[in-house]
Amino acid sequence: MPDVKKIATRESYGRTLAELGKEHDDIVVLDADLAASTKTAVFASEFPDRFIDCGIAEANMIGVAAGMALSGKTPFCSSFAMFAAGRAFEQIRNSVGYPHLNVKIGASHAGITVGEDGATHQCVEDIALMRTIPGMVIMNPGDDVEAEAAVRAAYEIDGPVYLRLGRLAVPVINDRETYKFEVGKGTLLHEGNDVTLVATGLEVAESVKAVKILEEKGISAELINICTIKPLDTDLIVSSAAKTKKVVTIEEHSIIGGLGGAVAEALAENYPVKMHRIGIRDRFGESGPALELMHKFMLDGEGIASQVIDFLQ
Amino acid sequence: MTDLELKKIAVRVRKGIIEGVYAGKSGHPGGSLSAADMMTYLYFEEMNIDPQNPDWSERDRFVLSKGHGAPAYYATLAIRGYFPVEDLKTLRHVGSYLQGHPCSQSTPGVDASSGSLGQGISVACGMAMSAKISKDSYRVYTMLGDGEIEEGEVWEAAMFAGFRKLDNLCVIVDNNGLQIDGPVDEVNSPYPIADKFRAFNFHVIEIDGHDFLQIKKALDEARETKGMPTAIIMKTVKGKGVSFMENAVGWHGKAPNEEEYKIAMKELCEAEDELCRM
Repeated sequence: MPDVKKIATRESYGRTLAELGKEHDDIVVLDADLAASTKTAVFASEFPDRFIDCGIAEANMIGVAAGMALSGKTPFCSSFAMFAAGRAFEQIRNSVGYPHLNVKIGASHAGITVGEDGATHQCVEDIALMRTIPGMVIMNPGDDVEAEAAVRAAYEIDGPVYLRLGRLAVPVINDRETYKFEVGKGTLLHEGNDVTLVATGLEVAESVKAVKILEEKGISAELINICTIKPLDTDLIVSSAAKTKKVVTIEEHSIIGGLGGAVAEALAENYPVKMHRIGIRDRFGESGPALELMHKFMLDGEGIASQVIDFLQ
Repeated sequence: MTDLELKKIAVRVRKGIIEGVYAGKSGHPGGSLSAADMMTYLYFEEMNIDPQNPDWSERDRFVLSKGHGAPAYYATLAIRGYFPVEDLKTLRHVGSYLQGHPCSQSTPGVDASSGSLGQGISVACGMAMSAKISKDSYRVYTMLGDGEIEEGEVWEAAMFAGFRKLDNLCVIVDNNGLQIDGPVDEVNSPYPIADKFRAFNFHVIEIDGHDFLQIKKALDEARETKGMPTAIIMKTVKGKGVSFMENAVGWHGKAPNEEEYKIAMKELCEAEDELCRM
């Protein structure tokens, strides 16, 4: 897709927060010394009185957000996924999740597309961690249009939300004019009969490419975009599985506990079919340019198509 | 309220602690008893609250960062009128609204869930910060254990509160000197506590946490201190008020058996009778 515009979902997040800030006085934004990277700096420059840089202290940031939510504010707090979901997991569980507080966590730099910083900063476990917290809504938008909708939807939800955002500029695949977003609903992007592909986040655009490659090889793939990983749109996935009898999940996350885990659990309980999980196969990431890493980890269109072909054989 | 009246309430709080922990067959009597006098003063003198309207937006807030002191918290709230005192006997029972550690969603008057050590002070900082942003006049109080301040998050929060000049925040450290594995200065010493808070830009006041006059003076001083948060380091006796529980590590987190319960209640009833004769 050489002509398609590319925007990182963290950019969409920063821009949308600043827009929401104009509409809602109760929004406060917290960061942990990464405002320039998470793009909360856009909000900070417009609303300095409602922006709190907590410094390099993520655990405290989550607690401060909880206290602000208990005082009637709607806090969005940001760091890299590794330090938000990873380092501050227990604060999110106990200070935010248990009392079901209205705290939104905008976690950027998720997955291996962090790139050169390498494994310490490439969080491929965040979805798994957040899924275990009762009442947590998890959204993993795939492009600019979806990310803006997800940030706006997060504000409307009364309770904790985890927004997974990326560093890498990714193709804008949704049409702003016709796009409709509903929390907890997946979207059928392409109809097919041989296999169901369930993709999330930036892997949706790569899966669109994979569908075309598969088509050229005579394989008719159905493609579902799942932005909300929790609650999962089980109905849509089961109805597609009932048609194709084969399901492949695609995510820039560990195959353990993320979208693949969620879909496997849903199918095992509702409609067991053969399935394959594409993602990070129980290993850590590594340094390198994002696109090269996607190729190495077989998470680009080509890599996805070849894994689907192997699975179907 | 006179010193005598406060003492009478505090002994009732201590009886409530023993009733709850005995009925729950588990819980933390030691650190609840050490906190009882400060809890009494906060809820009966210091804080601007309305038990009939626990969610009143202008109320002062309290976060029990040392959440295992829940029996003292519940006894204080019950006696203050948030819920029936008889319900203390449901502590830790299945289906009770009195959970093992404070739960804001289930218990009237509990401003924040807590219990995982180190987290409550951050939540209190968020409440204080929120008031600063909205120019609300309420104050925020939080109580920590001296063992709890071994948690790194406490110092993240202290750095935040000092830097942000949260003078509407009052941090109280219950320095009873004991944690589960032994004396705090033998496990992983947090001393010097006062100097640490001073270094984090707090106004620090050191008091005897069982002396209501000193408690009053310290909280008055905290309210009048502008431009920085206050830390009250109160020296206390773990297990205070029950002879065999005083300064005994073993009473951090266990319930009395029937015989111990009877002795404890007898001691507290005698103390109450003595106060009533004054």
